[in-house]
Amino acid sequence: MAAPFDLNDDDVVAIIGTGAGGGVLANELAQKGVRVVALEAGARHEPQDFINDEWDSFGQLAWLDPRTTSGDWRVAKDFSGLPAWIVKSVGGTTQHWAGASLRFQDHEWKAATTYGTVQGASLLDWPIDAAEMDPWYTKAEDKLNVTRTGDRPGLPGNNNYLVFEAGAKALGYKDVHTGRMAINSDDKRDRPMCQQTGFCFQGCKWGAKWSAGYVDIPQGEATGNLEVRTQSHASRILHNAAGKVTGVEYFDTDGNLQMQKARIVCVAGNSFESPRLLLNSASSMFPDGLANSSGQVGRNYMRHMTGSVYAVFDKPVRMWRGTTMAGIIQDEARHDPSRGFVGGYELETLSLGLPFMAAFLDPGAWGREFTTALDHYQNMAGMWIVGEDMPQETNRVTLNHDVMDSYGLPVVNVHFDDHPNDIAMRNHAYKQGQAVYEAVGATRTFPTPPYPSTHNLGTNRMSENARDGVVNKWGQTHDIANLFVSDGSQFTTGAAENPTLTIVAIAIRQADHIAREMSGQKI
Amino acid sequence: MMSDTSSLKGLTRRQVLSRATSAGASFVIGAGFLAASNGAWAIETGVLRPETMATLVQMARDIYPHDQVADEYYVLAVKGYDTPEAAEGIETGIATLNAAARNKGHANYLSIGWERARVDILRGMEDGTFFQRIRGGLVTGLYNQKAVWPIFGYEGASFEQGGYIARGFNDINWL
Repeated sequence: MAAPFDLNDDDVVAIIGTGAGGGVLANELAQKGVRVVALEAGARHEPQDFINDEWDSFGQLAWLDPRTTSGDWRVAKDFSGLPAWIVKSVGGTTQHWAGASLRFQDHEWKAATTYGTVQGASLLDWPIDAAEMDPWYTKAEDKLNVTRTGDRPGLPGNNNYLVFEAGAKALGYKDVHTGRMAINSDDKRDRPMCQQTGFCFQGCKWGAKWSAGYVDIPQGEATGNLEVRTQSHASRILHNAAGKVTGVEYFDTDGNLQMQKARIVCVAGNSFESPRLLLNSASSMFPDGLANSSGQVGRNYMRHMTGSVYAVFDKPVRMWRGTTMAGIIQDEARHDPSRGFVGGYELETLSLGLPFMAAFLDPGAWGREFTTALDHYQNMAGMWIVGEDMPQETNRVTLNHDVMDSYGLPVVNVHFDDHPNDIAMRNHAYKQGQAVYEAVGATRTFPTPPYPSTHNLGTNRMSENARDGVVNKWGQTHDIANLFVSDGSQFTTGAAENPTLTIVAIAIRQADHIAREMSGQKI
Repeated sequence: MMSDTSSLKGLTRRQVLSRATSAGASFVIGAGFLAASNGAWAIETGVLRPETMATLVQMARDIYPHDQVADEYYVLAVKGYDTPEAAEGIETGIATLNAAARNKGHANYLSIGWERARVDILRGMEDGTFFQRIRGGLVTGLYNQKAVWPIFGYEGASFEQGGYIARGFNDINWL
């Protein structure tokens, strides 16, 4: 049930983006009686619309607007126009995500203090900590029905997990299980349980996996306090002479420029679009873009240290059957500098279908070294590596004025160079991942390079001091009291864990704060 | 047979082959068509010369060789280049490939007997736009053909069959 609000209604909260950050924030505010207009660049896709086909689904859901890349990361060479694999849809990338829902480890909120000085890294402690976040994590886990939290059982292990688990145990790893997943493990919840279909990345056709798109957004709409405008691309945030934001200019479904007035604006377009919007909103009062007095907007882009390990065995595995990422080894997530790097990493099961395996196993490779790997596709097992990468000021999202999108707006260039700590961690993880599979008889293993980024973090980072970042501990910009950032671009550091649960927990907490400040007439 | 085009319909295998000359080990080429040496399939060519199409198919197999995948799938993967828009670039690229083969003492690319010798020629042009265009196109042109998936054991969509919860998601028996 839509609640159409007037363009001139300057008492609404305007939220840009409806993913893990914006979609959750919109629902949480609507539940509290706050009236919300959410602008979503993508269209609505319900579970029945999703497609069990990798390339067709990619065409349906992926954010394919032009972007450019630079830096020494391999993605810039292999996928120069596609730095990220994220989603343009109501629900954002929660339509596509695997569902892995891990809390940060306590020390990861204080990376600068814990790791000490790391040359070339712009490490900073978060202005919040594990104790502060604990109740918000619990609310997030309850919202997402996260397995192995509360009274929720774990998912059963599929073939890919059983290989992974056997190898992990043979190596002596202890903290090995089918993950904490935002995928229902029994029918006692409001949505069906996992049917082991695979295709988690293509949108869950059962709705067993949580997505803001078909869970939070309809809940918010049912209150009458939330209006979602789809295919509405925000182009500029406007402000008044007092330096307060007053509304959002956007291109509507028909490509016409509109302006929604607002009391508060919350930016949640993921770590490329959020800084892009702030930078594209530059004015005579804010010549470097909104909320950018520190010069930090767009900086410290993080994408997690990632990679994959695939292995071929002499017998079938059929890794694609069942939940894509329900399997984890957490033993390497600890901070243990004796391994030659700071921070840690998780190993998580992962499978790709044949079409994506051909595209991502070793991009650009050809000939028999490559094709003999695919010949044994059904005998393959796979895992993903996700670890903490070092924030660097020069890893950065900037406007590329040489390339315009279909609205005539400059696109972003995404510059990323691996930090030596990232490389050391990746090499360690490749070695351990290959050892896991060799321990159960792999005949060949493949240390596979990172895919286009799915975890995009840190380009509007949270900081205690205004000079160090863009937002304070509530996600409120240091410079403009009624402008918030509500997505993963707030991340001060990345931690080793998949970020969605933390984005959701922060959004729930931010909604609480915004509603309180509004009722106290402080914003 | 993948593509019994109209002008070839009604012809017996013997009749098709009688109108053609052999090219390489796998193909026979006739006026406006290309066929398998064993008669398993045949396609008409439109704008591209049949010899060019045959060379392109061989090149595709040499880039992504899968011995269990029949030529017809490689033909399907590249036959989209047989258009007025694409033809000139393809003819030029294949001419360059044949020139490289002649420089190594061969009559043309298709006449080279050993895959290794053909691959050596491809390695010499792998950074060029023609090679990368063909290779890049094959990533989806070959591996995204649903008919190819079962050859690799890949099962494709599963939702319609109720997922794998009752169909072997954890049926591994050798661990």
